[in-house]
Amino acid sequence: MAEITYREAVRRALVEEMRRDERVFIMGEEVGVWGGTYAVTRGLLDEFGEKRVRDTPISELVIAGAAVGAAMNGLRPVAEIMTVNFALLSLDAIVNHAAKVHYMFGGQFHCPMVLRTTAGWGQLSATHSQTFENYFAHVPGLKVIMPGTPKDAYGLLKSAIRDPDPVVFIEHTHLYRVRGEVPDEEFTLPIGRSEIKRPGRDVTVVAYSRMLQEALRAADELAKEGIECEVVDIPTLRPLDLEPIIRSFQKTYRAVLATEQWLGYGLDAEIAAQIYEHAFDYLDAPIRRVTARPVPLPYSRELEQMALPGKEEIKQAVLDVLR
Amino acid sequence: MIQVQTEEGVLSTFDRETLLSWYRQMILIRRVEEEAAAAYQRGHIGGFLHLYIGEEAVAVGALNALRPDDNVVVHYRDHGHALARGLPARAVMAELFGKATGCSRGKGGSMHLADATKRFWGGYAIVGGQMALAAGIALADQYAGHDRLTICFFGDGATNNGYFLESMNLAAVWKLPVIWVCENNAYGMGTAVERASAVTEIYRKACAYDTPAERINGQDVLEVYAAVRRAADYVRAGHGPYFVEAVTYRYRGHSMGDPERYRSKDEVEEWARQDPIERFKRFLIEEGVPLEILESIHAEVEEEVQDAVRFAAESPPPPAEALWEDVYANPPADDPFLLPPEVAALP
Repeated sequence: MAEITYREAVRRALVEEMRRDERVFIMGEEVGVWGGTYAVTRGLLDEFGEKRVRDTPISELVIAGAAVGAAMNGLRPVAEIMTVNFALLSLDAIVNHAAKVHYMFGGQFHCPMVLRTTAGWGQLSATHSQTFENYFAHVPGLKVIMPGTPKDAYGLLKSAIRDPDPVVFIEHTHLYRVRGEVPDEEFTLPIGRSEIKRPGRDVTVVAYSRMLQEALRAADELAKEGIECEVVDIPTLRPLDLEPIIRSFQKTYRAVLATEQWLGYGLDAEIAAQIYEHAFDYLDAPIRRVTARPVPLPYSRELEQMALPGKEEIKQAVLDVLR
Repeated sequence: MIQVQTEEGVLSTFDRETLLSWYRQMILIRRVEEEAAAAYQRGHIGGFLHLYIGEEAVAVGALNALRPDDNVVVHYRDHGHALARGLPARAVMAELFGKATGCSRGKGGSMHLADATKRFWGGYAIVGGQMALAAGIALADQYAGHDRLTICFFGDGATNNGYFLESMNLAAVWKLPVIWVCENNAYGMGTAVERASAVTEIYRKACAYDTPAERINGQDVLEVYAAVRRAADYVRAGHGPYFVEAVTYRYRGHSMGDPERYRSKDEVEEWARQDPIERFKRFLIEEGVPLEILESIHAEVEEEVQDAVRFAAESPPPPAEALWEDVYANPPADDPFLLPPEVAALP
């Protein structure tokens, strides 16, 4: 089993799926000659050529909309939107078209497309540092994946490409260099499965994407103090596999929900509502949420760090729910 | 056989039956729309209802210039295109009535008619949205090496938003096999073209994308046919997209319940004097088609339309299970959001 980076895992999934299925192609800004803004698609143009690795104009709306049409008419597009901030310009094509064409025409058309994009930050200030997974996860008809490990990124992207439904696949720029074990033999992982990434008895910590890594680090440190966190990863945000979350909570009676979203109407609020609805009687302490501060992200390094959540906030929240 | 003359000379020779079938389609569209309006007033049709009355020559002329395996993508004023494409009047009317027997199984309604078996990819109701889809549908055929083309209809209003720019540009950059047909009916909802667009001759916008374009009389079915044939020859030869602006007019409001404060009765009457059906009828009579043949077509269409209304009225609504069907093609078994709460309860 090789230890590879998250970036390599995504690239491996893309390459394997393109070799496997002639219908799979990539389109997006700078995916070809440049090799991908985050170097994910480097080398793909050489192997697959311009027909299948298509540089587009800076036209987020038609990138997403043309992917919908191409998917309806038999292809398996993997459309890349450079960052999820720019995906706001694609939103109509995703919400009003990708998510609708199957249902609204009575099941006559399918939309097997993947929209790959990134969350992340790094002194990029207000308009380049956001994370909008809840915008997409709110929409019936879409599937939304936000993997937190190389293995999940690989296995879930392959499943997303093969799935007959539209999938929004959000990578995290801070995870691209994270290394993890990915089996050498080809495999896929099922969409819509939550997973206990670290078992524990004291507090349930639900996290995904970069916050999964932060939660695992927090759990390591808390373990030295005798506190055992059960870290539940939700790499698929929609459809949500609720059962592992509820089962864990029924064991620990306490939960911390960690996300990079702003406080207010985020993924965390939905998870909390589901826990209240399904396991109210097990509640021993109010659920704590670890989120970004609800401000536009500032440029200054010091202010930016203050705005974003991480390992320390998770540790504090765990201690709070145990108090 | 009937020879059709244009300024350039003889356009084409048609057998009489072909031209009569176009006439029949135009009558069918008009009568379906009139009956739809009546059914709407009686409360059988809900939501928005956008009628195509006055614009029949565009859909009929254009779609008859294409092959049956070419792709059709339409805006939300889509009944005429559906009928011209050969969707049964029953399936169209039943969809307007929201019935299980509708072409979209009662899930889409007036704005979302579709028939995958006829490569009629549907009516779309976000202005311009269908243009991006059309680019993608055309891309898939180009990618697969098919010589099908995609025709995409949109209104004058759509040419002012981002979908138009991005789709026109991408189609031109990638030489996608698309015929863009702008149905310029003078108003985007209630706003006149000259109040909304810096360029009122819409076809001139195509030059920004180096796409050949022409402006034609959309009330003349023969002229529409000729233009789309030229477009199809160009596009199918692999030259990339082609743009046709069909100048036309809708007699009815934007949708039902439009107070029509933005235009005068005189203006509507002036356009009605250039009615596309009357115009084509005069042509056919001049070419020697006996009036009784045209009258028999009217009678036949009348029967078909009445049958469609009856069928729609008598059809059942979609069953309750349909509410949850087709949200996903590959639905997760245990999605807590997709199950009624009593089913979603965990042990």
